[in-house]
Amino acid sequence: MHELPVTEGILKTVIETSERNGARRITAINLVIGELSSIVDDSIQFYFDLLSQGTLAENAALHFRREPTIVICLDCAHRFNATAPLESQCPQCGGAHLQVKGSRDFFIESIEVEDEDTGR
Amino acid sequence: MKIPVVKNILSANDQIAADNRATFDELGVFVVNVMASPGAGKTSVILATTARLPSDVRPGVIEGDLASRIDADTIAARNIPVVQINTGSGCHLDAPMIRAALPQLPLQDIDLLFVENVGNLVCPAEFKLGANLAVVVASAPEGHDKSYKYPGMFAAADAVILNKADLLQVFEFDVDYFRRGIEMVNPDAPFFPISCRTGAGMDAWLAWLLEKRQSFAEDRNQSIVV
Repeated sequence: MHELPVTEGILKTVIETSERNGARRITAINLVIGELSSIVDDSIQFYFDLLSQGTLAENAALHFRREPTIVICLDCAHRFNATAPLESQCPQCGGAHLQVKGSRDFFIESIEVEDEDTGR
Repeated sequence: MKIPVVKNILSANDQIAADNRATFDELGVFVVNVMASPGAGKTSVILATTARLPSDVRPGVIEGDLASRIDADTIAARNIPVVQINTGSGCHLDAPMIRAALPQLPLQDIDLLFVENVGNLVCPAEFKLGANLAVVVASAPEGHDKSYKYPGMFAAADAVILNKADLLQVFEFDVDYFRRGIEMVNPDAPFFPISCRTGAGMDAWLAWLLEKRQSFAEDRNQSIVV
């Protein structure tokens, strides 16, 4: 729902980083998104395609790495991946004492650029 | 060539949130970010809380809504300083909106500032405002599955209020089930079932809130910004 300002933030950061490093063009942007954050990949891509036109980042590939949400059963120690809506019971033992280890982070891990001099 | 960045995508917002917090700290204003779905009773909780504050804790309110001054007028009618932020189509408040609203508030006359976020259980959790505490208000009519469906929001809470608790039976609301959902993502968050209508549970919530404010006043090094 708020992917427009998020995408603007991504573009600003990657363009500043590229300029600082004397890059000619950004070829890829590597993003890490925790499953508990509410970011929608397709929506980021949609705004990115619009906003990046005419910038160093035009046509850069967006790579999304999703950090999974892990649920740990406090009764039987079983671990499983989860997405919302969360399960209320452990699929292995039926226990109801569950703990989520998930991340709400979303950050830019790295960018891939072509160098000003070598074109590589 | 690969260049590491490792920068939070919302770092521009987070920086302004930190600036907001510095302003609040300097003036001794304790700030609570109140988040909930539309209709859970954010305004009612704020009003019921301010009505019970000791006289030396002077309240203020920032109201966030897509449009209208309905909530701000309700609060102004109680002679509480209030500023309305209309976000247009924006689904959450962010730190720059709070920053822009501050000159319209008599901050030197406010000890406890409530920020009523836009009614939404998704986006507000992502955007820090510069508050000391984030409080999520759920309510009986919404149903007991909300903690499972919106784990990000409940993970972001320093405390969860369950409002309209006088209606739990009417809505067959399973409090234990709801609480287990919260505990999965946020085992340490205190839980306060209250009713703004009857006043039930308000004492426990108020005691916790004032204790948090007191402990912050004694130790300004608690630097978590929400």
